[in-house]
Amino acid sequence: MDWIEYRLPIMRVANQHAIQYPAPRNMNFWYMFGFLATIVLVNQIVTGIWLTMSYNPTAEGAFASVEYIMRDVDYGWILRYMHSTGASAFFIVVYLHMFRGMIYGSYQKPRELLWLFGMFIYLALMAEAFMGYVLPWGQMSYWGAQVIVSLFSAIPVIGPDLVIWIQGDYVISGATLNRFFALHVIALPLVIVILVFLHIVALHEVGSNNPDGTDVKRKKGSLSEEEKTKFKIHEYYTNKYDIVDDIVPFFPHIVLKDLVGFAFFLLAFCYVMFFNPEMGGYFLEHPNFEIANPLKTPPHIFPVWYFTPFYAILKAVPDKLGGVIAMFAAIIALALLPWIDRGKVKSWRYRCGLHKWNLLVFAAVFVFLGYLGGTPQENWKITASQIATIMYFGFFGLLFIYSKNEKCKPVPARITE
Amino acid sequence: MSNVSLDAHDSSGTENQPKDNSRRRFLTVATSVVGGVGVVGAAVPFIGSWNPSVKAKAAGADVEADISKIEPGQLIRVIWRSKPVWIARRTPELLASLADDEDKLKDPNSEEAQQPEFAKNRYRSLKEEFLVLVGICTHLGCSPQHLKDGAFAEYVEGVQEGFFCPCHGSKFDMAGRVFQNVPAPLNLVVPPYMYLDDNTILIGSEEGAA
Repeated sequence: MDWIEYRLPIMRVANQHAIQYPAPRNMNFWYMFGFLATIVLVNQIVTGIWLTMSYNPTAEGAFASVEYIMRDVDYGWILRYMHSTGASAFFIVVYLHMFRGMIYGSYQKPRELLWLFGMFIYLALMAEAFMGYVLPWGQMSYWGAQVIVSLFSAIPVIGPDLVIWIQGDYVISGATLNRFFALHVIALPLVIVILVFLHIVALHEVGSNNPDGTDVKRKKGSLSEEEKTKFKIHEYYTNKYDIVDDIVPFFPHIVLKDLVGFAFFLLAFCYVMFFNPEMGGYFLEHPNFEIANPLKTPPHIFPVWYFTPFYAILKAVPDKLGGVIAMFAAIIALALLPWIDRGKVKSWRYRCGLHKWNLLVFAAVFVFLGYLGGTPQENWKITASQIATIMYFGFFGLLFIYSKNEKCKPVPARITE
Repeated sequence: MSNVSLDAHDSSGTENQPKDNSRRRFLTVATSVVGGVGVVGAAVPFIGSWNPSVKAKAAGADVEADISKIEPGQLIRVIWRSKPVWIARRTPELLASLADDEDKLKDPNSEEAQQPEFAKNRYRSLKEEFLVLVGICTHLGCSPQHLKDGAFAEYVEGVQEGFFCPCHGSKFDMAGRVFQNVPAPLNLVVPPYMYLDDNTILIGSEEGAA
């Protein structure tokens, strides 16, 4: 062991980042979604590799090879459903993970970069999910790709040529499918894994936030021995700071708590995977059971549920380029949250009532936009999605205004629970 | 120059520091520029390989369509560059009605460049009788449906025939002109085409152009 440790610091890394990593003791269930996201990422990579073994990335063979996986490959159906359910599960845990960051102010100083890496992961994840959805080459794969790729045609001057370049053809075709396959199985997973690594490195450098938003790291020498934690904490942290007696080591305490959450997660995951893999047409859309046909548009085109809030924003703007800009602005606004929120208090527990309502309304508006973007177009929905879009951006506008001189409750010096 | 003092072979004493940094700066800039050119050059094949291949370009070549068998009021579909192209034979009554509802259109005079010069007219065609359109909605690329014999009046009052996009509800008249208050911003595209003879249309090229 020493022979290896001398040459490769396995134990040092394990100690620094898990066994002797100080985690606030009041981390509640909201803090398990990062852990779950990591598990789902591993699930996607492993099942993805196995699916690649039987999948055929051509316009002629893709649809049939997915049927082949489902019917003829031993356990092919379960591998595919693990992958397709995992895709939706990924977005569920990531959305909850992001909302956790919002309610507890985890994006605030000094965690801005951590939040930005998270947003980059989210963007890469959306690209990954979009391209993955094209691969079965069903009707929704094809027409969904058509809609998303033609968003680029809204860019002035270079737009139409850019679309041909992305497609590798004058329309979405086998060439497009093949390159999306390459990006989906090699390029983007690599990017995501690297970003996740950076996300965790950045997290461990600044330390985990907690529901009180009280910092557990204090200036070196500011605490008496009484107030310091009795746990063995890695010297990387204790050399720089005094650690308050409000922490537990990440391993095993937090990991065990996360595993309880994981058990509940698995229960829900397995229910969907075994009994309801299509989730009523939300996880796997019904038109996708029909092979892609460039000459026949399905009566309604929706992206998968996790894109529908942004799709609703796209449709709410009557101008094509304006819609595309609004859609991307909706994501950029989230990324800029550390600078839009000018407050000093992190957790919504100690912030003003308006902030709590603002967050809850934002969450409701996001879900409502998802509903509007994922159901057939009706006249009232145009107005509704325009109002909801304004409310979506209104969250950021309001936050920017009231956070400047917000009346907050005093943040406790020590973690309360 | 902090990277100099990091060099193990270099003492931090001032006697080893160059008196004049300009040569070093020149070499740094020159190396970076040459290296940058190299990176750009190396990127060319990676970016270029995303262009349509020779095979895809060949598949995108011009197509001929026989129009002798189209009945008045009928619409046929041919494939050009894997896109549906509609060829509709319009009746004289329909042609006459095109002028009626122009106040409901976004761009009745085809000001936007969605057609070759020859089609910049009310009928958006070379010969009034035959309408040639790319059957893809200018909103987000769906293929609109051809609704005729009054079926279109459900969507636009008083207009008997037109194109309706089921994706986001865009509407077009029988010259491919877009109606107001729909998501599609532009008229349907008229592809370049020409008559080889009275019965044959060549889609993909127009007379005079290469």
